[in-house]
Amino acid sequence: MVSPTPKRRQEPRPVVRGWRRSLTVLCRHRLAAAGAVIIMLLYASALFADPVAPYGPAFDDKEKFYHPPVYIRVMHEGRLQRPFVYNYVLADPGTRAYAEDRARPYPIRVLVRGDAYRYLGLIPSNLHLLGVDQPARLFLLGTDQFGRDAFTLLLFGGRISLTIGLVGEAITTVLGMLVGGIAGYYGGMLDNILMRVVELLQGFPSFYLFLFLSAIIPAGVSSGMRMMMIIAILSLIGWAGFARIIRGMVLSLREVEFVQAARALGLGDLRIIWRHVLPNTYSYIIVVISLTLPGYILGESGLSFFGLGVQDSWGNMLAKAQDLTVLTQYPWLLAPGVFILLTVLAFNTLGDGLRDALDPRAQSS
Amino acid sequence: MLRYVLRRLLQMVPVLLWMTMITFMVMQLAPGDYFTNLQLNPQISRETLDRIRHTLGLDQPWYIQYVQWLWSIVRLDFGFSFAWQVPVAWLLGSRMVNTLLLSLTSMTAAWMLAIPLGIYAATRQYRPGDHLLTVLALIGISVPGFFAALLLLYVAFYTGWLPIGGMTSPNFDLLSPLGRVLDVTHHLVLPTIVLGVLSVAGLMRQLRGNMLDVLRQDYVRMARAKGLAERAVIYKHALRNALNPLVTIFGYELGGLLSGAALVEGVIGWPGLGQLTLEAVLKKDLYLIMGSVLMGGFMLQMGNLAGDIMLAYLDPRIRYE
Repeated sequence: MVSPTPKRRQEPRPVVRGWRRSLTVLCRHRLAAAGAVIIMLLYASALFADPVAPYGPAFDDKEKFYHPPVYIRVMHEGRLQRPFVYNYVLADPGTRAYAEDRARPYPIRVLVRGDAYRYLGLIPSNLHLLGVDQPARLFLLGTDQFGRDAFTLLLFGGRISLTIGLVGEAITTVLGMLVGGIAGYYGGMLDNILMRVVELLQGFPSFYLFLFLSAIIPAGVSSGMRMMMIIAILSLIGWAGFARIIRGMVLSLREVEFVQAARALGLGDLRIIWRHVLPNTYSYIIVVISLTLPGYILGESGLSFFGLGVQDSWGNMLAKAQDLTVLTQYPWLLAPGVFILLTVLAFNTLGDGLRDALDPRAQSS
Repeated sequence: MLRYVLRRLLQMVPVLLWMTMITFMVMQLAPGDYFTNLQLNPQISRETLDRIRHTLGLDQPWYIQYVQWLWSIVRLDFGFSFAWQVPVAWLLGSRMVNTLLLSLTSMTAAWMLAIPLGIYAATRQYRPGDHLLTVLALIGISVPGFFAALLLLYVAFYTGWLPIGGMTSPNFDLLSPLGRVLDVTHHLVLPTIVLGVLSVAGLMRQLRGNMLDVLRQDYVRMARAKGLAERAVIYKHALRNALNPLVTIFGYELGGLLSGAALVEGVIGWPGLGQLTLEAVLKKDLYLIMGSVLMGGFMLQMGNLAGDIMLAYLDPRIRYE
């Protein structure tokens, strides 16, 4: 095969580029480390939502809707105690104003028996990390209009919102790498066609595409199915830009010696692309993943906020605060927004740190 | 250059065709249309609805409808909105002014804040001011627009400093011309903060990065070596080069002027195009959706083109054959 361009003097980045060193740089980056810890906590809390949440996802106290977040107190009648809450009674039914009933403290107990659940659909249990005796309630973030515990719903909603980001990003990455790799490696006609497809997808204002595609999901489908479709839509829109950048990188890697050597050894094209060319783009891919993943979470929450996304996800929960009178009277309904912000912020700080750690230009300074 | 612009304009046609075709197909293949909801109304018989559908051509296959729609677009007829009962062109025109007003003010605010902040951060790299701005920018990038809008509405309600949503006060019609301008300005503040401040973050980071790259260049060292004042080095030699990549972003933002703020408009109740489109999608108001997609796509393409032309004008290294 005739090499079309004079051989590049500049070596592409070697495959193994001091992962340990990158890791130390990352750890030194305090913000990024904090971001990583927060992400892990968020995912862990979603994974262990059943035992961590004080109540079950189906729990509601119909008497106590729009209940404010409870105060966790330590002083009862001037004496220091272990953390406890008071029972709340409805003081004004008109404005749904609650007042503490200071008669009796209800200490917060660790590992209590509560609503039964099957953890991950397998292990039956009724153990909850925290709880209080009845009639007091441990509404850490208040309740919604049905008297459901907002904190519990948030943990379970995290399962939806966080999974959508992760799975959507995974599909995008694989699809983008495959298309970008093939387009860049083969070049010519195939490259031309694939890149036109990418341009068509990129030329569409993505939010509109998003909106239209989610508007056509039939109303009757189950929420699990709906979630899968939202993920499919997100990845369908997301892969194009990714593929384009990968293609550019593969284009320059194609003529490098070790790729030519692999070709001379008679390896299959796909194997060369997947095993020899693409690994050289990994450090870049990792950074892009951590910086684009928030986009999926934001996109989904935006859709869900307007009722086009997934039921009970964070964005959908936030929609309860959309009405101005509700928002101003029961501001704790904004909590899901704080969680969305926290997640996105954590991913952004991590991505920022990863870029510093993996970017060869930044390493010299 | 003229040939390049003409070619780009021609290339726009297939993109817009594909965009509108996909939208049309998606909307028409989706179950139900605008009149599906009316079926629940006992006062309207099925026959009436079928007759309306027939007169509007909605009972035909989607591709025939699409061709008919295209043909009317060629004659500059955007059709009729089902929900609003007015011509789409009129509706889009009246909403476009509001959206443009909001986008232009927030864009101006964003750029006027981002450029000095970017320079400040770059010239004080790794010092406290830079670190503070880095953290603030990270937060700014991470706040979902609709959440920021909700938060600010909450603040506005409690402080009473700003009106809560909308674009005009209830007594708008009674105000003097000056009073009207002031009233709209007052209502503009909140959405401008949401949209403007949030985009400051990204712009500022970008400018900071560019400035840092440029400040490492030989010609900057040269400028310093020949004894130029630091001001001249920064503003005359470094900033001009660092701004080039931002021009592309500027063009992109120009393109997004009409479609960028749908969610925030929806939350705040700003009567703009984004809110209109959002409602249209929820109601399946077909011709209104098509009209706003066509316009949004057109603006996006024009913005990109404008960005490319400006870049060629500013950067002599770039030539379009």
